[in-house]
This record gives sequence, structure tokens and C-alpha cells, in this order.
Amino acid sequence: MLDIMKYFTLKEMKKSLVISIWFMILTFPIMVIKVNTIENTVVWRWASLIGMGIGSFFMATLWRYLLDRKNMKSDITDKKTLQMRVMDWANENPKVKKIALVAVVLFIAAFPFLTSMYQTSIMTTALMYVVLGLGLNIVVGLGGLLHLGYAAFYAVGAYTYALLNYHFGLSFWICLPIGAGLATIMGILLAIPVLRLRGDYLAIVTLGFGEVIRIVLENWNEFSFGPSGIAQIPRPGFFGMSMKLQTATIYIYFIMIAMVIFTIFVVRRLENSRIGRAWIAMREDEIASESMGIDITKSKITTFALGAFWAGMVGVIFAAKTTFINPASFTLWESVMILCVVVIGGMGSIVGVVFGALILILLPEYLRAFSEYRMLMFGAILVIMMVFRPGGIISNIRKKYKFEPTEGSSNAEVEGVK
Amino acid sequence: MTPILETKNLTMQFGGLTAVDNVNFKVNPKEIVALIGPNGAGKTTFFNCVTGVYKPTSGDVLIAPNGQTPKRINGLKPNKVTERGLARTFQNIRLFQNMTVLENVMIGRHTKLKSGLLGAIFLPKSVREEEKKVIQDSYNILVDVGLEKFVNELAKNLPYGAQRRLEIARAMATEPALLLLDEPAAGMNPHETKELDEMILNIRDKSKISILLIEHDMSLVMSISEKIFVVDYGKLIAQGTPDEIKNNPEVIKAYLGDDSDA
Repeated sequence: MLDIMKYFTLKEMKKSLVISIWFMILTFPIMVIKVNTIENTVVWRWASLIGMGIGSFFMATLWRYLLDRKNMKSDITDKKTLQMRVMDWANENPKVKKIALVAVVLFIAAFPFLTSMYQTSIMTTALMYVVLGLGLNIVVGLGGLLHLGYAAFYAVGAYTYALLNYHFGLSFWICLPIGAGLATIMGILLAIPVLRLRGDYLAIVTLGFGEVIRIVLENWNEFSFGPSGIAQIPRPGFFGMSMKLQTATIYIYFIMIAMVIFTIFVVRRLENSRIGRAWIAMREDEIASESMGIDITKSKITTFALGAFWAGMVGVIFAAKTTFINPASFTLWESVMILCVVVIGGMGSIVGVVFGALILILLPEYLRAFSEYRMLMFGAILVIMMVFRPGGIISNIRKKYKFEPTEGSSNAEVEGVK
Repeated sequence: MTPILETKNLTMQFGGLTAVDNVNFKVNPKEIVALIGPNGAGKTTFFNCVTGVYKPTSGDVLIAPNGQTPKRINGLKPNKVTERGLARTFQNIRLFQNMTVLENVMIGRHTKLKSGLLGAIFLPKSVREEEKKVIQDSYNILVDVGLEKFVNELAKNLPYGAQRRLEIARAMATEPALLLLDEPAAGMNPHETKELDEMILNIRDKSKISILLIEHDMSLVMSISEKIFVVDYGKLIAQGTPDEIKNNPEVIKAYLGDDSDA
């Protein structure tokens, strides 16, 4: 282990001092000078300069300590990470694992009855981002295709329900598959022209696609009622029963829970299937995977279609939950937010994306008191994540297979341990 | 005997540059054939034309796996070419770095499997059996090339020589009738090259397939190939057994230069 005292030698302190002076100069205009325009005076807040200096001095030291620690860790490649150790431990203690699972299930089931309607509502939103994140994870995490227009599919789902309900009075449960289906078709339509694109170019085109959908919705008044949106969208029904707001909120919460379970189930199965392996191979190396017999065209279209499928579904639920939608809900920011969920959570990792969504959506809600600093913290978290954990909070670990040590035996036990 | 791979007047042009010029080429079943030539002679371009990475400007590529009637494959996409029985490795290793060794081989089995999206989600018995079989088959392939101890290791963590062998294992998993190796011995030490030598012969004898390799390591080429084709500036300048090639004045000229040029 590194000795932290090493960072308080004269040489190291000099480095930190330089950084702190640099930060003092940088923040001088905003931290120190305060112009009072009414009395035409300037207030010099020297105290905050000193605070800034001391703060950045220690932060710089800490930063270098953490960075060195990280580099030292990566030298020892076969050292197990905390994540792996937790997983091994859980596998060795099946009883504890079971108890923990039961506790989690109970907590999820009891959550809306123990907390307020507001809590249930934000939890539902977070769960929606879990599904959105898992959907985008198929495109970005498994397929390796950078997609910046994901919110467009979300919009397609939401508007499908809102418009079909407005014009034809179709119910939530009928619109759920229709919304998902339409989004899937949109996904295929987008995939066909971008087949040849990769990386930055793909990002630009998908970004453009997302904006096109939003701008059409904003300006085509006859179709989508423009920026004023569509109001009074009914909440999901339960065999024609009318529900109070509170019951409806809880009901949507459980619909969302079911959706999350359904999504995790499907994505998990896909990930370790022939199709999923083809996606990952495509992400790793397109030319090599094509030479191994994988149809890249088909793979790309299926990732886009399946990714869009989930967004469409969540879109329908979103419209039903908020009962009002307008194009402002489907901006580029939304796509970026979902992408952040995937990247911060851990690309290609289901558990990672679930955690990423919960953290990114719930934290700002609980930290309302600091809402002015939200963007600042968001930026800081992104930078710190990229430096210290580029693989995300919980990075993807490939499935391992066990074989009996006997060489070439045809009846070796095939068993997956995840 | 119908050749397993035949090219007729194969030409590939990039703008004004003719990288492959009217090449007529034949590989017979169960033959090990080497394609040699100085750097930039057009060997890899030839490979890319045959495997579908490039679409040849003119000429034909015909394959006849397992004694079938020859079929044209030029213009087909690489994955279709692989389905028809050609598998290749790459000059610079192109493994799926973040997948395990076993999964790399499993990808090679892709064309031999059938399960689709719905099969993957609902996991009917047929798909489960298929998965079980592919895992076992892939493992057996790894045993064949001696990589079974790395089975669950990520491909990027393998030593260099093992990565090369894994590439061959992955290509073999597609059950090709013709295996194309693009500089398999590049960057290997003499000991590793010797192992590779044995491995290639072993593959040919065990799987009864033809092998076409591009190689600069002359000791390897001379020891294992039954027939050698030499290209220079995109043109086929010589063909024959290793002994014939060694003494061919054209080949010596291409490699060492011509006195009259000086």
C-alpha cells in the first residue's frame, strides 16, 4: 500500500502548492470579486480565496494519491477487484445470498406502502430509466454503436399512446405493444441508413435523428398539437376499475417493477446467446466478426430494433404516468442522460446499468437542497468516473464455464457460473 | 480432381494501382499452399479478394468445398464466404479482446448454429442442447490447439503466441474446407514457429482440409508447403514445389533485385 505521508514531503507539497495557486487565480473572478451594481462598490472576499487555496491544496494531494494507487493496482493484473470478491463471497455463501435476495424483494414490494406518494413516484421514474438504460445498453454496451438519439424512440412510444388514445380511445394495455412495435419499426428504419457508419459519424447521425423527431413533434401542430402537447392521457386501467391518484401511482410502480424484471430477464438471456455473442463480437471487431460468419447488417438492425423496443414501451408508460406529454420531454438532454446511465453504470453490465439509473435519477431528487450545484456535481462525477473507473461502477464480467479437468472428455460437465 | 479454390484472371484495382493483376491460382484438396512475395506485392489484397473483404474489379473466384461443383463467390460478403467453407486469420491479430477464449471460438461456430432471437429468449430444449453442444465443441477445439487452460481467460490477456493459435482455433471452428492464414508466424520466435509448423500439419492431417498461407518466414514456408506461388507487383511470377521455387531466377530477382537495374 502507498504511504499517504509520502505526499507531504517538500517536493510533493510544492506540486500541490502550484496547483492550488493556479486554482486561486482561476477562481479569482468568481470567488473573490463581488460587484454590487446598486451602490457601485466592489466587495473583495479574500476569505474565500484562502479557503479555495487550502481546499485545492488538499484535493490535489488526494487526487495524486488516488491516481497513484489506481496505477499501482493495475500493475497487479490478477488481483481480484472488490466486485469479484463480493461475487465470490456470495457464491460461497448461498444462504446469505438467499436472505439478501428475499430482503431485496420484500423491500421492493413494500416500498410504495412504506413511503409517500412522492417517493413512489420518483422511484417509478428511476425504474423507467433502468429499462431505458438496459435498452440503450443493447445498442451501446453490447453492439458498441454510439447512439445519441435514443429519446426519439421514447417519444415515439409516448406519442403512440397519447394520439391513439386521443383519436380512437385505445387503452393503455392495447397501446403498450403498439408503442413498442412502432418504436421497433423506427429503430429498423434508422438502422438501415446508418449501417455503414461507425463511431463519431454514427453519433452525429443518430443525434440528428433524435432532433428531427423532436422538431417534427414540435412543429406539426395538426398531428402532435405542437409544443402545447397532449393532456389528460388516462392512467393505466385495471379491468375498468377507477382508481384514486394514490392507488394509480402504486399501480404504475408495480407495472414498472414487472417491466424491469421482464427486461432484465430478456437482456440476460440475450447476452449469453448466439445473437448476443454476435453483438459483442461486432463491438469488438467488425471485420473479424464478419470473417467469422456473422452478418453485420442483421446484427446492427437487431440491436437498433431491440434497443428501440424498450424505449417505446417505457414511452407508453411515461405518457400514462405523467398524463401529459409535450416535445420538451424528449430533448437531446434526455438521450444524454440515458447514455450517462449506461456509461456510468458500466457498459454491457446489467447490474451496473440498474445501479447507474438508480444513482443518477434518485440522487438529484434526494439532493434537492443542493439543486443549484446539480450540474457541477454531475460534471465532477463524470470526470472522476472516467479517471478512476472507466469501465463503470460495475463493469461487465463475462460468463465463465466450468469443465472437468479430464482432457478432451466428451461428457465434461457444462455449467455456467455468473 | 477439381481444385478447392480457383481464381481466373483475378484483378483488383485501386484507382490507377493494380494490386492484383490477372492472377490464375489453384489450391487442390488437402494441399498446403504458400503464397509468397516481397512486401507490398499484393498478397493480402489477394486474400481480401478471395474472402470477400474486397470485391474484385474483374475475374472470378471459384470454390468447390468437399467435391461439390465449383461456385463463384466474388462479390459475396465475408460472412457468406465463410458460410461456404473459407475461413481466415489476420496479419495483425484481430481477436475479440474482451471476450473469453472460449467465447472467441464459440463465435466461430456462429454459422453452424441456428437459434434466433426468440430462441434465445424462450430457451426451448433445442436451443439449450445446441448451446451445450457448442460449448463442448468449442472446448474440444481449444484442447486440440492446446489452449484449454486459458478457457475462461479474456483473449487480450493471452501471450502473443497463444493469441495467434487462438485465431487459428477460431477459424477452425467454422469448419472450413480451406483455411487461409495471413502471416501466422509473424512476430514468433523460432521455437514458437516450430510449434506452429507442427500445428498446421496436424490440422491438415486431422481435418483433411486445404491450407493457404501467406508467410515471410522462409523456413516455415519451405518445410510445410507442397506448392508455392510467388507474386510480385500483383502478378504471379512463379509457381511450383519448394525446390523449384528456390532455384527460380525470376523469384531470386524479385527478392534480391536485378543487377542490371543498378
